[in-house]
Amino acid sequence: MSKKTVLIPLAAVSAAVLLAACASGPEPGAAASAALDAEANRLIVAAFRDQGIAKADRIKQDLGQSACSSDKEPSEAVADRITAEAKASVKWPTGGAYIGDWREGERIAQNGRGLTWTDTSTATSANGGSCYNCHQISKEEVSYGTIGPSLYNYGKNRGVQDITAPTAAPIIQYTWQKIWNSKTYNACSNMPRFGHMGILDEKQIAHVMALLLDPNSPVNK
Amino acid sequence: MKQSIRARAIVAVAALAALAPALAQQKSTSDGIAEYRKMLEDGNPAELFEMKGQELWSQKRGPKNASLEQCDLGKGKGVVKGAFVELPRFFADTGKVMDLESRLVHCMATLQGFDAAEIAKTPFGRGEMANVTALATWIATESRGLRFNLSQAHAEEKKSYEIGKRVFYFRAGPMDFNCASCHSTANIRIRLQDLPDLTKNPGDGIGFAAWPAYRVSNGQMWGMQLRLNDCFRQMRFPYPGFGSDITVALATYMGVNAKGAQSIAPAIKR
Repeated sequence: MSKKTVLIPLAAVSAAVLLAACASGPEPGAAASAALDAEANRLIVAAFRDQGIAKADRIKQDLGQSACSSDKEPSEAVADRITAEAKASVKWPTGGAYIGDWREGERIAQNGRGLTWTDTSTATSANGGSCYNCHQISKEEVSYGTIGPSLYNYGKNRGVQDITAPTAAPIIQYTWQKIWNSKTYNACSNMPRFGHMGILDEKQIAHVMALLLDPNSPVNK
Repeated sequence: MKQSIRARAIVAVAALAALAPALAQQKSTSDGIAEYRKMLEDGNPAELFEMKGQELWSQKRGPKNASLEQCDLGKGKGVVKGAFVELPRFFADTGKVMDLESRLVHCMATLQGFDAAEIAKTPFGRGEMANVTALATWIATESRGLRFNLSQAHAEEKKSYEIGKRVFYFRAGPMDFNCASCHSTANIRIRLQDLPDLTKNPGDGIGFAAWPAYRVSNGQMWGMQLRLNDCFRQMRFPYPGFGSDITVALATYMGVNAKGAQSIAPAIKR
């Protein structure tokens, strides 16, 4: 069994080397690249096992993951399909309760726990949003990451003065979509799909929404 | 022309002045961390692991009561100096590309009679796994100051790089992360932790060139296998097998990209 599976990628690599000699860059040709993709996937499946709550089936990819698994962007058609499916997946808050308590939101934004194999609960209540890992949010917290854009003054910069005003509705709905499923606006967004993947529940997302949009939140001071 | 540059400079200075309080705060935090690291370098506890590793290399152990002095780390039997900065590499005797830690386990099995699968299953920091880490620390130390120079001459080494690249970009898990989420852009941080761009040479002693390292926060010595293992944990992935093909391939990808980077291992980390 192993002899045969080893031979195919070796042949693929020789083909890649030959093709690379003809092509402009050092990258393998399309056929060789596809063979390497298949080999990489086989080795990934072979490498991972269950540990605690982190089960091996987590490496099964949906389209939004597989299409964003290279240093190249997916084609426009694939990207459009991902964003359309993401948009359709968004669950709106029950009773239109978009905005919770910004104090709770700050706690969730600070909390980077949940879903690793050293965490023990799979309940959303055990999870944080890890927001500060990537974003500046309130000015008071200086330990923030820079992977995502600064969200300081998020609501203020977008003209939200009253969260109940009809003029605030579009930005509130946009923000909800972005947090629920970030792929709604960017097929290969680096941001987790907090609602869609069950990381945070409706109430938790509403609290984070308040942190970003409530004029009383320190984010908008 | 000159004047317009000068005018732009004035604007830039004014903009900087406006930003100054925020920048000063950031600067002092990262400077503080750098200072802290510098202080710790005077007494890096990694030295204890180095000494243990050096002893383990020449000590007769295992069912075969043999030392590791006949172990070939890629530069010939018993050659330690310079071996680390050329790993992972292809080994003809196993027909595989191996990293330092998987090669050490191979030598412990073939020369000393240990059960390789049993070692691979042992949790980090325990039993023979702790010995593998100590050995890796000493062997890396013997290449301190040398520059990474991994071979891509063998077809299997090229393949390992290509597989590693694919694993690096493989997105999965509840948070959709891949290695590239954090490590494909220069000058970004997670919280206050700087993130090296591992798709290219991130510089001397940064990224691949900084491990094995002693972690002050938990008092542990970490080899590259544990470094990768904990990355996958934080990425919310399932558990990667010790020495599995994909972890070796990732090391090949990072090691080849780091060509020319000076190794500072064993480093000291927060």
